[in-house]
Amino acid sequence: MELPVINKASAEAPKGGCSAGSCGSTDDQMSHLPEHIRQKVFNHPCYSEEAHHYFARMHVAVAPACNIQCNYCNRKYDCANESRPGVVSEVLKPVQAVKKVLAVAATIPQMSVLGIAGPGDPLANPERTFETFRMLSEQAPDIKLCVSTNGLSLPEQVEELAKYNIDHVTITINCVDPDVGAQIYPWIFWRNKRIKGREAAEILIEQQQKGLEMLVAKGILVKVNSVMIPGVNDKHLEEVSKIVKAKGAFLHNVMPLISEAEHGTFYGLTGQRGPTNEELQALQDACEGDMNMMRHCRQCRADAVGLLGEDRGAEFTLDKIESMDIDYPEAMKMRAEVHAAINEELESKRLAREAKVQLVSIQGTKTKEGARPVLMAVATKGGGIINEHFGHAGEFLIYEASSSGVRFIGHRKTIPYCEGGDTCGDGESALDKTLRVLVGCEVVLCSKVGYEPWGPLEAAGIQPNGEHAMEPIEDAVTAVYEEMRVAGKLAPNPPEQQKVA
Amino acid sequence: MALEIIESCTSCWACEPLCPSKAIYEAKPHFLIDASKCTECAGDFEDPQCATICPIEGAILNEDGVPLNPPGSLTGITLQKLAA
Repeated sequence: MELPVINKASAEAPKGGCSAGSCGSTDDQMSHLPEHIRQKVFNHPCYSEEAHHYFARMHVAVAPACNIQCNYCNRKYDCANESRPGVVSEVLKPVQAVKKVLAVAATIPQMSVLGIAGPGDPLANPERTFETFRMLSEQAPDIKLCVSTNGLSLPEQVEELAKYNIDHVTITINCVDPDVGAQIYPWIFWRNKRIKGREAAEILIEQQQKGLEMLVAKGILVKVNSVMIPGVNDKHLEEVSKIVKAKGAFLHNVMPLISEAEHGTFYGLTGQRGPTNEELQALQDACEGDMNMMRHCRQCRADAVGLLGEDRGAEFTLDKIESMDIDYPEAMKMRAEVHAAINEELESKRLAREAKVQLVSIQGTKTKEGARPVLMAVATKGGGIINEHFGHAGEFLIYEASSSGVRFIGHRKTIPYCEGGDTCGDGESALDKTLRVLVGCEVVLCSKVGYEPWGPLEAAGIQPNGEHAMEPIEDAVTAVYEEMRVAGKLAPNPPEQQKVA
Repeated sequence: MALEIIESCTSCWACEPLCPSKAIYEAKPHFLIDASKCTECAGDFEDPQCATICPIEGAILNEDGVPLNPPGSLTGITLQKLAA
């Protein structure tokens, strides 16, 4: 699985400067990375906006125990209809987990990565976690292994982690200040005692930072997850980002707090709100100066299976995998072919894009005068093209067009208004919710948009556009931006959007 | 002298490996403590380990039937908030 180095200059100058393919480009996060890191993550769907359309991942829930309490977590909650991080319907024994992984990898050859992420903390369950990793590294050496942790017992596990096929670890770091931490973590279990308050946060932070440093020293890639909690750590996360970047974390993923009251978490029951899409994006932008930011995280379940944004877990329940007969060595051959074909396609796309980046930059210099950036929303089912009906979209990808190019900003979830009922519980119509989700965007690109939402969209200052159906997203965004420039719509002050209730 | 795990236990496995006397065992619908083996960690640890890591308030009782982690003690969620 060799990936040729086609952009040596940017590989050697991973940060700063404007080497081709890394500045204002249409490329995804991976082009910013040094070559040796890119080699490790190019087929990792969670790390690459592009790879996630082609490669699949799965999580196995083998680690139910936890050694800390977070105010956004409720250990009692588990519902089969629910989908959020940490939640899982079926906790597996290591042997069952391995059987499931082999079944999934044989059935979904695009699967490249297996993660253990809880519920609970994988490193608070070292026997179960490492037994699973050990068996997988022997039986399925073509699968990358990942682990997520709160970091409390990370330093003592780094040696063991390095023994298996694990080249990425995710640490959830929500703060570097114990006073902030005391508002997020009510207690930790440390050296056979329950420790509360600021002292608990102090120990946790120290262990997380130590673990991060040890992993980086071992050459294991570290991604940092942070949960953005308005009024608690939102201002503080810029500093977190700076520090973890300085210590060598290669990617930062700022995720929005999920705090619906019905989840029964401390934050849910005390009315702590999550950030708005705009607040999240502003913080991600603020952190980006220091760090590669992750923009396409779907905050998936701890037992998610398949491509990001779809969950095929129901096909692989315990009773179903029991009856599957898997010839893994045979499956491995098929997987290698599928992966090689995907790599070839990604590579040719990359080459085409690099050629185009030059063009966009040249256009950009011409239009720089007075051309302000514009946010556009895109309805897509994946594959990098505009191929989803406005009314069927469960989420929109947000792109920013500016004189320096087109960049992916993130995704925003909504309720497909064609399918949804009249309300989503609080009297808000599904279309109203979509309008609120799209606040800040001036254009929405989709394969088709009906008559009914057209008026409300325009009234909200969002131009519906179905003219670029089936076109590559970046091309369409560039074309629409150019149309706006020619029409004189890129004057420095954006038009006021009407308030959407 | 023995502790007891009651039905609010979510079988999260946190306590089982910590028990110095191997008194805790997996059972349906929830984990149980073998009263003949439980020492409440006397002689091994200052605090009973199961109750010290258990994240569920009220799931572990002492020999008088009193929860070692009463409501509000772990999450800070008061009864009023839970009822609201």
